[in-house]
Amino acid sequence: MLTFEEKKEIEALLPNYPTRQAAGIDALVILQRHRGWISDETLGQAAEFLRMTPAELDSVATFYNLIFRKPVGRHVILVCDSVSCWVMGGDTILDYLKSHLGIGFGETTPDGRFTLLPHVCLGACDKAPVMMIDDDLHVELDPETSPDRIDQLLSLYP
Amino acid sequence: MERPLTHNIVPGKPPLSLAEYEKSGGYQAARKALTSMSPKEITEMVKASNLRGRGGAGFPTAQKWSFVPMGADAPQPKYLVVNADEMEPGAFKDRLLLEGDPHQLIEGVMISAFAIESEIAYIFLRKTYTLAARRILTAIAEAYEKGYLGKNIFGSGVNLSLHLHESAGRYICGEETALLNALEGKRAVPRNKPPFPPVVGLWGKPTVTNNVETICNIPHIIANGAAWFRALSRVPDGGTKIYGVSGKVQRPGAWELPLGTTIREIIEEHAGGMKEGLQLRAVLPGGASTDLLTADHLDVKMDFNSMQAADSRLGTGTMVAIDDRTCIVGLVLNIMRFFAQESCGWCTPCREGLPWAAKLLAAIEEGHGLPEDIERLELLTRLLSPGHTFCALAPGAMEPLQSALKYFEDDFHRHIKERRCPWK
Ligand SMILES: Cc1cc2nc3c(=O)[nH]c(=O)nc-3n(C[C@H](O)[C@H](O)[C@H](O)COP(=O)(O)O)c2cc1C
Ligand code: SF4
Repeated sequence: MLTFEEKKEIEALLPNYPTRQAAGIDALVILQRHRGWISDETLGQAAEFLRMTPAELDSVATFYNLIFRKPVGRHVILVCDSVSCWVMGGDTILDYLKSHLGIGFGETTPDGRFTLLPHVCLGACDKAPVMMIDDDLHVELDPETSPDRIDQLLSLYP
Repeated sequence: MERPLTHNIVPGKPPLSLAEYEKSGGYQAARKALTSMSPKEITEMVKASNLRGRGGAGFPTAQKWSFVPMGADAPQPKYLVVNADEMEPGAFKDRLLLEGDPHQLIEGVMISAFAIESEIAYIFLRKTYTLAARRILTAIAEAYEKGYLGKNIFGSGVNLSLHLHESAGRYICGEETALLNALEGKRAVPRNKPPFPPVVGLWGKPTVTNNVETICNIPHIIANGAAWFRALSRVPDGGTKIYGVSGKVQRPGAWELPLGTTIREIIEEHAGGMKEGLQLRAVLPGGASTDLLTADHLDVKMDFNSMQAADSRLGTGTMVAIDDRTCIVGLVLNIMRFFAQESCGWCTPCREGLPWAAKLLAAIEEGHGLPEDIERLELLTRLLSPGHTFCALAPGAMEPLQSALKYFEDDFHRHIKERRCPWK
């Protein structure tokens, strides 16, 4: 069952659209914020609330890079792997995070703290290389000096 | 030099509040448009300004608006959508406007919606623009509070509701018909055209989609007139343009300059030239879906027609400067992987062709490419050219590849002959 709070948040957005279905993305994002990820059970509850079939809603949910249909860690790291960051040595950041966290892309640290995801251009190309942790953008991760900087940044997300 | 779009934007400072924005002359244009102009007069003025869309394709804005059925018999509701998806690799100009001056965007929406007699507008924003989202929501709330959104705005009888829609991260949602499906809560694959969205769009109703920068220009055109707007530009198409440079230059950044500023001025004067010891070898001029140019093209003007004449595109106007120590094959591979991942999978040439192109490029880059692979890549650029796929994503993906083969074919041959990447 959706909680009272979850329902309230989704219902607040329903008037923005002429159909309930249109609030699908909003509903998934809200539920993901509360529950960390979208399990089959959550998907079913959301679909019922939106008066859609679970399959219909899943065809939307699975389309998006940032709707998580698998469990993720407490913090999600999105590292830009697109062209400007690549030119500026972004691969070094990706490699460093992999070895430092001891996980591959799409994986979560055993303590459930971080999930590491390469992500498309974050739209801060003049400050490349960049990454986001949760809702925060971190810029100018200079590959030569960055290991320390990255360690510091990670320590802000317990 | 006038900078209408960015004159309120101070790097590192929060955007103007509604009161501050009004003090600097804001909302005067919307007041004028809604209380003393007809939709037709607004569209005529925008037409005379020679404003072309800043979302990449350069479609004349007033012409798009003029396809919308008008008057008492027109279908209702009609919709205006601001495309703030900005997920094209290398593009970061709309972020500047969204974070820097959200009231300018709202004022642009008010006038543009009125011009097509629409009472409902959406801002379609990519999910990772979290700061922009907070600032837009604040600005929208202020505008409702003040009565600039809602019913009977300025006592003119005009109504408008404006909603922020945050997407969940998929590049194809920026394509305007995929965007409509996304907003309707459907899987965001593109739609067949015709019918075109200004006639049959969101929920089957007339819908205009414009880029953030396009919409932000509208208040300035209304306030200062079409002739003023044309005079901002160095070419017949009107206005300024937000140009950006990323890559290994001295001062990467974004600047509002006259439309038609040359690549040389942007890179050398504004970005300060290449970093010590590096030579400029290529330019990816307008985002990942535009044809590469070379150091021989520095005097090309960055506007729609001049870029087209140079066999490339203005695109987003945000370029990547590519230095002589960056491997072009590796660069095109990076871009191709992006497009292969972001293909929506709807049509076969794109769904199958882009991963194939990425695989061939990876083989060459990793030192096990074959001489025939170059012909295969050339074949793919033809098989995925405009008209062979359902939308413009796949042809866009071919632009960096086809231009790399045209200007830097030797780099491909060297990889194959030396069986390694000579730049590593
Ligand atoms: C794959 C693809 C992605 C696109 N992404 C964007 C985008 O993020 N923002 C944008 O304004 N236009 C984007 N466009 C262009 C839009 O389809 C549309 O032409 C544009 O929003 C119209 O606005 P304008 O007339 O103001 O330029 C994209 C096009 C394609 C084919
Ligand atoms: S060209 Fe690619 S992105 Fe466009 S409809 Fe076909 S599969 Fe989808």
